[in-house]
Amino acid sequence: MEHDDVIIGLEIHCQLNTRSKLFCGCSTDFRDDEPNTHTCPVCLGLPGSMPVLNKKVIEFAMRVAKALNCSVLKECDFSRKNYFYPDLNKAYQITQYDRPLAEWGKLMIEGEDGERDIRITRIHVEEDPGRSVHMGTTDRGKYTLIDYNRAGVPLIEIVTEPDLKSPKEARRFLNKLRATLEYLNVFDSEKEGSLRVDANISLKGSGRVEVKNISSYKGVEKALTFEITRQRNVIRRGQVVARETRHFVEARGITTSSRSKEEENDYRYFPEPDLMPMQVSDWVEGIVLPELPDARRERFMQQYGCSLEHARTLTGGLKLAEFYEQVAKADPDLAATWTADYLLGELNYRDFSIDAMPIVHFMELIGLLKADTITDKSGVEILRIILDQVKNGEKPEMPASIVNRLGLAKTGGDEITDMVRAVIAENPQPVADYHAGKGPALNFLVGQVMKKCRGRADPGHLNALLREELGKMQDGA
Amino acid sequence: MAKTLTFTPDDKVHAFITTIPEVSYEDGPLSGVTVAIKDNISTRGIETTCASQILKGYIPPYDAHVVTLLKSAGAAIVGKTNMDEFGMGTTTENSSFGPTLNPCDPGRVPGGSSGGSAAAVAAGYCDMALGSDTGGSIRCPAAFCGIVGLKPTYGRVSRYGLIAYANSLEQIGPMAKDVTGVSRLFSVIAGHDKRDSTSVDRPYIHTPNPSVKGLRIGLPEEFFGKGVDPKVADTVKKAVSVLEQAGAEAVPCSMPSMSHALAAYYVICTSEASSNLARFDGIRYGPGGDLRKSWHEEFSDRRQERFGKEVRRRIILGTFSLAAGYFGRYYQKAQTARQMVRDDFARLFGEVDMIAGPTMPSIAFKLREKSDPLQMYLSDILTVPANLAGVPAISVPCGQVEGMPVGLQLIGRHFEDEKVIDTAFAYEQGAV
Ligand SMILES: [Zn+2]
Repeated sequence: MEHDDVIIGLEIHCQLNTRSKLFCGCSTDFRDDEPNTHTCPVCLGLPGSMPVLNKKVIEFAMRVAKALNCSVLKECDFSRKNYFYPDLNKAYQITQYDRPLAEWGKLMIEGEDGERDIRITRIHVEEDPGRSVHMGTTDRGKYTLIDYNRAGVPLIEIVTEPDLKSPKEARRFLNKLRATLEYLNVFDSEKEGSLRVDANISLKGSGRVEVKNISSYKGVEKALTFEITRQRNVIRRGQVVARETRHFVEARGITTSSRSKEEENDYRYFPEPDLMPMQVSDWVEGIVLPELPDARRERFMQQYGCSLEHARTLTGGLKLAEFYEQVAKADPDLAATWTADYLLGELNYRDFSIDAMPIVHFMELIGLLKADTITDKSGVEILRIILDQVKNGEKPEMPASIVNRLGLAKTGGDEITDMVRAVIAENPQPVADYHAGKGPALNFLVGQVMKKCRGRADPGHLNALLREELGKMQDGA
Repeated sequence: MAKTLTFTPDDKVHAFITTIPEVSYEDGPLSGVTVAIKDNISTRGIETTCASQILKGYIPPYDAHVVTLLKSAGAAIVGKTNMDEFGMGTTTENSSFGPTLNPCDPGRVPGGSSGGSAAAVAAGYCDMALGSDTGGSIRCPAAFCGIVGLKPTYGRVSRYGLIAYANSLEQIGPMAKDVTGVSRLFSVIAGHDKRDSTSVDRPYIHTPNPSVKGLRIGLPEEFFGKGVDPKVADTVKKAVSVLEQAGAEAVPCSMPSMSHALAAYYVICTSEASSNLARFDGIRYGPGGDLRKSWHEEFSDRRQERFGKEVRRRIILGTFSLAAGYFGRYYQKAQTARQMVRDDFARLFGEVDMIAGPTMPSIAFKLREKSDPLQMYLSDILTVPANLAGVPAISVPCGQVEGMPVGLQLIGRHFEDEKVIDTAFAYEQGAV
């Protein structure tokens, strides 16, 4: 796809994983609980209730601001964004408007043509509204239930400049951002609905389209790819791309035009009179950041000798990086290859996160590979067996026990030599072909031995052994 | 130990929206003292309406901070008092449950918006009452009904549970027959509350002291000039001379920002109100609605039907002031004017210790006398400056005009509520 003319900017809403909500003491850990059980007068917006700022949220947001190299304003405050919506209990959202927490930062990504900084316009803090649950199917039976468990959960909105050039870059930006937020320990990407993205996209010279309602990492790339194709088709037909807001329909992978009404909202922002302005610039000075993905990547290359590609992959998520560092104790090289190349592939295939792989099992597997007890092929087989057991809710079997049960130990020594001799004896014609200088005959013989030992022989070793035995025949002749 | 009393007033002036016939109370500094509460202060288990149809039937599941404090001080909470709907008015005629009458003359209004609270105390139904003061809503009815009412320094009393009208201006405050009563009630409700981020840790531990020796009292010419009934002005000047005899010094002064104060006040309070009242959609609170209609349709119908005319007017004014393209011309300009008022007070309080003037430019209006909203707004001119600046102000009865009470308003420095109370007490003692 030609990308020179694509301009993309993102607005990302992330739930911060503080224990309590932004303006009250209610717990944010509600996902397994009944609707409306994590509520109080404040997050229900009852008349007379007043917000009290949870300082932890500001601290979390400042960690993000610092990690993204933003400048933090000396003083910031909250504003009311007024609009009517059933799940917005006060009919206004407390957010930050003209004095946000932080402005002008950057985040480096691996772009289409090398590493590049993506500029961050601003970061601000706001409260999540409640959640509407639409019920009924027919027009007459339609009604909506509202769950306020989510109301008041802290969000940060991160707005980028239109610096992204392709859907792939947008996804990479989000992955990098997610990793950064995880490293900062302010965000749990596995919580449902913890990240929501609005994307602005335009083709050079065309109207800007805002795509709202994208709630997954993969969805962003899908929505943007669809939108680029759609806009190109519009232009190809000689029509004009209208400036509008569209919604991403995740299930169908398409965007649909939303009624223009929404764009005409006048939110009538004004400073929230129940909260005092905050002095934040001194506060941010005192915040100490943990090691971030880029720094960890460098360290992996130096400390463990990882390749750039492996280091980038292995530092792409906090849990993954921590997993690797555990396994690297056994053997950094094997650990890197087996984590980045084999394990991640198997996990992705099953839509699993790194949590699915029990580290004790994986470390034993690396041990078996290091001791040359099993072949790579058997290693992959063992990985698959363990992950399938996890998937079926069974207790995963230890690799050594799988090796024993299936007899996967690498064959070698006398056993393999016997097999080689037997194969030579059983296949006089290919042996003759080999001696006549026909190369492919050797491959056939290797295959025959492998068949006999059910793949447990090391291919290199087997090759050498066959040549040796065949050579002996010639010498003796 | 829990005790009970019965409360069955012959409420001829319609001071109450809700009364509690059997009241239980505990031991404490206010044990058995009957206290009425304005109906915009949340009371757990007791209907709280703000005198509006849109909140009819709303029973808060929690107590306002001041109510919690009153209960633990042993006060007997006897009922919820009538008011202008959501505090929007100066007469208590804007109640959807009908007006309250002035106990001094049932043909006149009690003032507002805390008219029910003032009338309940003035009529002797209860010992004390809580009001709320956004632009004079405690001091005006105190003046019109001949009782004492204090608007404390902004932040001294928690607003948690006060159903907001204009957050940046309003304070809950005490009302009683005399300064001692106001002081007692204030000592219970003042203090820090972590649930109100604008509240400050300045408890009130004080007994009124009538000494005003050497106190410099500023008399701004604007408080005695155009628009103020000369008979009221004269009465107040006489009251100031009582303080002079007790050793205070009267100093003429001026508050030029007064010319902007009223406009600034109405822009700010309506802006905040338009946002505060948006949550009342006729579905979440009140008698419920027609579920067959769409949410937007039902919502606008109910607001039209259940908000009174003055409330709708102020919501529309506030919505307009905040609208894109008008914000700078109205809301922001009003904030500038507000700062001018604060600066004026700061300057004056460098020269004087206290500012004195009439609470209201006239005596209580006759019922339905003020039908033009602008005329009504103008009568708040002397009370709104204290709200814009957040400084404490008290109204204490200081004589009569045409048989109706007149209030002396005393305005002090931030957090000098004690001095304001002492000065009012000195007048009260000296006038005996
Ligand atoms: Zn809550």
